[in-house]
Amino acid sequence: MIFSLDLLSEALIFGVLLGSFYAAVSIGLSVSFGLLDVPHVAHPAVMVLGSYLTYVLTTYGLDPIAAGVVLMPAFFVLGVLIYRFYYESFERRGTDAGVRGLAFFFGLAFIIEIGLILVFGVDQRSVSARYIGSSLALGDYRIPYRMLVAFGVALVLTFALTLYLSKTFTGRAIKAVAQDEPALRLMGANPVRIKQWAFGIATGVSALAGAMLIVVGPVEPAMDRLYIGRTFCVVVLAGLGSMTGTLAAGLILGVAESIVLMFLGASWAPAVAFGLLLVVLGIRPQGLFGR
Amino acid sequence: MNFTRRRVIGVAGAAALTAALPGRRAFAQAAGPVKIGMSMPQTGSLGAGGQAALLALRIWVDDVNQKGGLLGRKVEFIVYDDQTNPANTPGIYTKLLDVDKVDLLIAPYGTVPTAPIMPLVKQRGLLLMGNFSFQVNHKVQHDMWFNNSPWNDASSWSDGFFRAGQRAGAKTVAILAADQEFAQNLANGARELAKKAGIKAVYDQNYPPSTTDFSSLIRAIRAAKPEMVFVMSYPNDSVAIVRAVNEIGVGSQVQIFGGGMVGLQFTPNMVNLGSSLNGILNYNSYVPGMKYPGIEDFLARYAKRAAEAKVDPLGFYLPPFNYAIGQIYEQAIAATRTLDHKKLAAWLHANEVKTIVGSIRWDKNGEWANPRVVQAQFRGVVDSNLDQWRSPGKQVVIYPEEYKTGDVMAPFEKARSSK
Amino acid sequence: MKYWITVAVVLIVAVVVALVPVNEYFFYAAFVVLQFVVLATAWNILGGYAGYVNFGTGAFFAIGAYSAVVLFKWLGAPLGVQILAAAGVSGLLGFGVGLLTLRLRGIFFAIATVAVTFMLETVMVNWRYVGGATGLQLLRPPVTEPFDSYTRMLFVVMALLALVAISVARYVQDSWIGRGLRAIRDSEEAAECSGVPTLKLKLFACTVSGALMGAAGAPMPMYLSFIEPASSFSLNYSVSALAMPMIGGTAHWIGPVIGALLLASIQQIVTVTISNEINVLVVGVLLVLFVVAAPDGVLGLFKRWLRSSR
Repeated sequence: MIFSLDLLSEALIFGVLLGSFYAAVSIGLSVSFGLLDVPHVAHPAVMVLGSYLTYVLTTYGLDPIAAGVVLMPAFFVLGVLIYRFYYESFERRGTDAGVRGLAFFFGLAFIIEIGLILVFGVDQRSVSARYIGSSLALGDYRIPYRMLVAFGVALVLTFALTLYLSKTFTGRAIKAVAQDEPALRLMGANPVRIKQWAFGIATGVSALAGAMLIVVGPVEPAMDRLYIGRTFCVVVLAGLGSMTGTLAAGLILGVAESIVLMFLGASWAPAVAFGLLLVVLGIRPQGLFGR
Repeated sequence: MNFTRRRVIGVAGAAALTAALPGRRAFAQAAGPVKIGMSMPQTGSLGAGGQAALLALRIWVDDVNQKGGLLGRKVEFIVYDDQTNPANTPGIYTKLLDVDKVDLLIAPYGTVPTAPIMPLVKQRGLLLMGNFSFQVNHKVQHDMWFNNSPWNDASSWSDGFFRAGQRAGAKTVAILAADQEFAQNLANGARELAKKAGIKAVYDQNYPPSTTDFSSLIRAIRAAKPEMVFVMSYPNDSVAIVRAVNEIGVGSQVQIFGGGMVGLQFTPNMVNLGSSLNGILNYNSYVPGMKYPGIEDFLARYAKRAAEAKVDPLGFYLPPFNYAIGQIYEQAIAATRTLDHKKLAAWLHANEVKTIVGSIRWDKNGEWANPRVVQAQFRGVVDSNLDQWRSPGKQVVIYPEEYKTGDVMAPFEKARSSK
Repeated sequence: MKYWITVAVVLIVAVVVALVPVNEYFFYAAFVVLQFVVLATAWNILGGYAGYVNFGTGAFFAIGAYSAVVLFKWLGAPLGVQILAAAGVSGLLGFGVGLLTLRLRGIFFAIATVAVTFMLETVMVNWRYVGGATGLQLLRPPVTEPFDSYTRMLFVVMALLALVAISVARYVQDSWIGRGLRAIRDSEEAAECSGVPTLKLKLFACTVSGALMGAAGAPMPMYLSFIEPASSFSLNYSVSALAMPMIGGTAHWIGPVIGALLLASIQQIVTVTISNEINVLVVGVLLVLFVVAAPDGVLGLFKRWLRSSR
């Protein structure tokens, strides 16, 4: 393998872009799992669903990122419904909920995946846009525009969500519910409605994440399996409940993957996220910025 | 205990029920249709090609039934979709043999779906008609295997590519190969040949078939500064690699790029990629202008059916060779008057068959004794235009000599942007 | 005693069935059903008894298969040796994974097992000796008397493995180990405080579970005459091995058997009549249905029906 400073710096740049993208697709999970403690392993599957719906909308001439934004309200409602169902079936009933809740979300992920196969087939789908297919030339470096677009959207999304959670009333209520639910109840607020709202936001964000996913590269229904590793790696590495931590963790994962890709080859890249996840779980399960 | 007694009854009952399944081969094929079975990748990476190939086979089935069928019996064609997934084919072919009870087998299109069933057909002593797979028989060494594709071993494929590069002065090569049966077979062969020809491999990487982002790989290739880039890829990756090369470029010292990219022969990809294809020197089985007896007539009939079926309307790459599979079976069965696999195989090893893609004679491994793989360079291709492909000129044949229509344009970056 | 007589009878029935002229495809499908009986039973030892949701069944299964391939390719080992070796390697893997991850709670343990699956798959993808991502074609050795075909022999072997797995699960359930595991499931802290050696028991369950899954994987390469990483490590195995006990009932060793026989048979019928995908959809839908509406599985429904009809 040829090692050169040029290659390394290109890998770093690509890693930063990739990492912000990973942060953006994980931020929904940061809310639903990190803050609300819902074992939402179907989060990547919902995101892939968003990618496919984005694809459908682009066949009507809509720009993919715009399509993602358009889908957000619908996905918000979907999130509310999923959480409602989960709450009624599991959280209310208590102890054994952990195991069965987890099984429920695994089942849901598979149902979404197979549903996509039945409707769209196993073929890859991709979208086209003006910024897909060309790159920015900076000296010897070539930076694909699709990565820059995903990077931009990711930054906006992360900061918007972080501001929302710390500055607005509902945002802070969500953080409160994550911290101390009984206290919140005593103060007269309804934690279930707040959690519902939060889960809705997390799912709405997944719609935009799905749009970014299909901008960055082609998607196929089984992609959610690989992204379980990436999203959980980012969320666990960040530390449950930390939004800015998500960005940092995403960057770490992105750079790590990019370097492995460059120097060890594409066949080792899928293991990076899962390997990093195992290391974090083993050494420091509360993550970098965890509560 | 209640449960265990129940279980015994349950198991015994299940066994009895399933024993009643139609199982006797005794009611053999005395009369009734001749069943031909196969799995065809109609979705997944090879799907676009598979659908076109399947249409050609259906045209042959209709043709042969119009002429009275095989041995006076109607031909029934049973096809499943393996989704280009090698894990699916053993189950499908077992079903074809034991549930559908087919008389004759055709392999799925492509090396990757075919590789898993080679041990199965060898173990059961069955004749298998190959369908555009590359060296899939070299490990198993089945003596009842007959391929329909115009190549033999790696040299039949890469000679043309390497020679074109050497004529342009290239002395180094980068090898990029998918980690799957086809690409690995070709890459292993190409490496040997490069060494023998004194060409140095400055980059040699495999990538997992699920890779979708090639920008890092293309970047690494660029850094290695090769003069030839030999790519062995399947349709999804081929398209992604072409896009990546167009997105970030591969370097000014590259003379030729391509070689073994499957999928750039599928009409939908050709139309979608358009001008991004310019400059790429890639293999093909047939381009307009090559004279095979009867092929133009077939292509005209195919085009009509393809328009109705909403499938690849040009049908250059696979359909003629799939129709040829039917012709091979037809002639072998007519000559031997039997469906017995051993007798058919013996006849095929000893005789030459005339098809719409020329005369075919096989060597002892079941590959063509006279390979004719074409290496052609895309030139002057414009975007979103289907009709430009109908007449010769967009794919300039560099090799072999008897079909040559031009010389290779190098370096690659210059050929990419020329009109 | 009644149990062992039943086991003997079932085994004899399996051998007899393998020797009579029954459609070959029956054995091809029945092999898969029996394989899932082993996987579901093995999963339940850790998942049902102790409450630790293992989502890495694919990893143990595939490592069993690859161990068998290595032994076959390197030494030409017979099937029995392959199975024992596979059980050993997967058991070791279970022990190792347990040591690393059993300290993690609920969902983290499950995610960690998914991570192990992907990592091991990546290792196999990069190991050319077993074929890498391309896969390996395998030629079966000639079949031993008195069986007509290799598939029939594999059917009997898998039936034997299923009986072994069930016997092991039954032993664990009825012994003090089972009581300890149940205590862990109900409340791990309380169990610790009452002096139950929780870590040792969990490790034991994880090791035994892994070993049985590996044994189930060992005949797979011979069954298909082919092996490749993507399908061997597939999460489909993990979902099915989880769904079958949840559907059958996790409290008793017969639950996974019922769940596996039911679900796997439906899957095989669907594969032959409809398509391969609907297969996985069936698992997902039934899993969600049972987990939401019938948490104690078929066994639980049966018990409720018994009680209500009195």
